[in-house]
Amino acid sequence: MNAVMRYSTPAIVLHWLIALLIFAGFPLGLYMVDLPLSPDKLKLYSYHKWIGITVLMLAAIRLSWRLTHTPPPLPDRVAAWQRHASAIVHGLLYLLMIAIPLSGWLMSSAKGFQTVWFGVLPLPDLIGKDKALGELLAEVHKILNFTLLGLVVLHVGAALQHHFIERQPFLQRMGWGKKEPT
Amino acid sequence: MKMTVLTLLAALTAPMAHALEYQTVLPKQSSIGFEFRQMGVPVKGGFKRFTTQMVFDPAKPEAARAQIEIDLASIDAGSPEADEESAGKLWFNRSVYPKATFVSSQIRVLGNNRYEMRGTLTLKGRSREMAVPVSYVPGKNDANFDGGFVLKRLDFGIGEGMWADVATVANEVQVRFRIAATGN
Repeated sequence: MNAVMRYSTPAIVLHWLIALLIFAGFPLGLYMVDLPLSPDKLKLYSYHKWIGITVLMLAAIRLSWRLTHTPPPLPDRVAAWQRHASAIVHGLLYLLMIAIPLSGWLMSSAKGFQTVWFGVLPLPDLIGKDKALGELLAEVHKILNFTLLGLVVLHVGAALQHHFIERQPFLQRMGWGKKEPT
Repeated sequence: MKMTVLTLLAALTAPMAHALEYQTVLPKQSSIGFEFRQMGVPVKGGFKRFTTQMVFDPAKPEAARAQIEIDLASIDAGSPEADEESAGKLWFNRSVYPKATFVSSQIRVLGNNRYEMRGTLTLKGRSREMAVPVSYVPGKNDANFDGGFVLKRLDFGIGEGMWADVATVANEVQVRFRIAATGN
C-alpha cells in the first residue's frame, strides 16, 4: 500500500495561513524599520503588528491542535537523524511562532505604543514604557526573526529534498497537489 | 457713629484684602500633557518647559488672568523620532515659531470651584479663541488649577501635507494641564 499520509485539514490550513502571514510580515518588518517617519510608515508598522498578533493567535490554536492530534508518521525511509532533526526544527518553529509576535508586542509596549489589533482591539501593555528595554526587545525580536529565517530555510529545504530528490510524495502531507491513488 | 461704621467696614473688608491671591506658579508641580490617536493607538506626550503667569483670587474670580508660554522644543511627542519630526515645517515649524502662547481674556464662574477661561491660543502663527474649563482645587498652602480641552491640530496647521490625513494621526488632541500655584 502506498497511501499518502496527510495532516488533518485544520492543521494544513493553519500551516499555510501562518506561512503566508510570516512571508508577508517578515519582509514588511525589514522594509519598514529604515523608512523615514511618514504616515505610510505608521500604517506599515500597524499592519506588521496586526499580522504578528494574528500569527500569535493562529499559532496558539495550531499548537493546541498539534498537542491533541497526532501528525501522520514520516515515511519509513526517512533516516533516524533526520527524524530527530525534524522534531527539533518543528519544535523550534512552534516556539518562534509564539515568541516572535510576543517579543514584538512587548517591544511595542516598552516603546510606549500600545498594540491595537486592526485598530479596534487594544491589547494590554504587559510592560511599561522603558527605552532601554524597548531597544533590548528590538534586538531580541530581530535575532529571533533571523533564527526563524534559518529554520524556515532548513524546513523548506528538507521538504523539497524529500519530495524531489528522494522522490517521496512529501509535499502532499501538507496538502500540496492531489492525493496519489492508493 | 461715622467712625463706627467706618471701623466696621474696615473690619469687614480687611480679610478680603488679605485673601489668598494665587500668583506664584510652582513649575515642578505643574504639567501640560496631551494625548492623540495614531492608527487607533493612543499616544501620550507633553511639554516639559513652559512658563505661567497668573493671578487668581477666589473672592474675585472674574478678575483672574493667566498667560502661558510653552517652549515647543521641550516636547515629548511619544518617541524620539516623533520629537524630531514635530520640529519640522509640516508640524510646528519650530525654527520660525518656537513657542505657543495662551492669553486669557475672560473668566466665567460655573460654580463648585469650576470656571470657564476664555482666551487666545497662538500656535504656529495662528490664533484661535477658545473656552477652557478649569477646576480650582485648593490645598493647604497651594492650589491646583486643572483643565483640559480638545485641540483640533489642523486648525493650527499642525501636521500639514502628507500628515493632514486624519485617518493616520487623528485631528483631535486631548490637552490636559495642571498649574500649581501658591499665594504671595
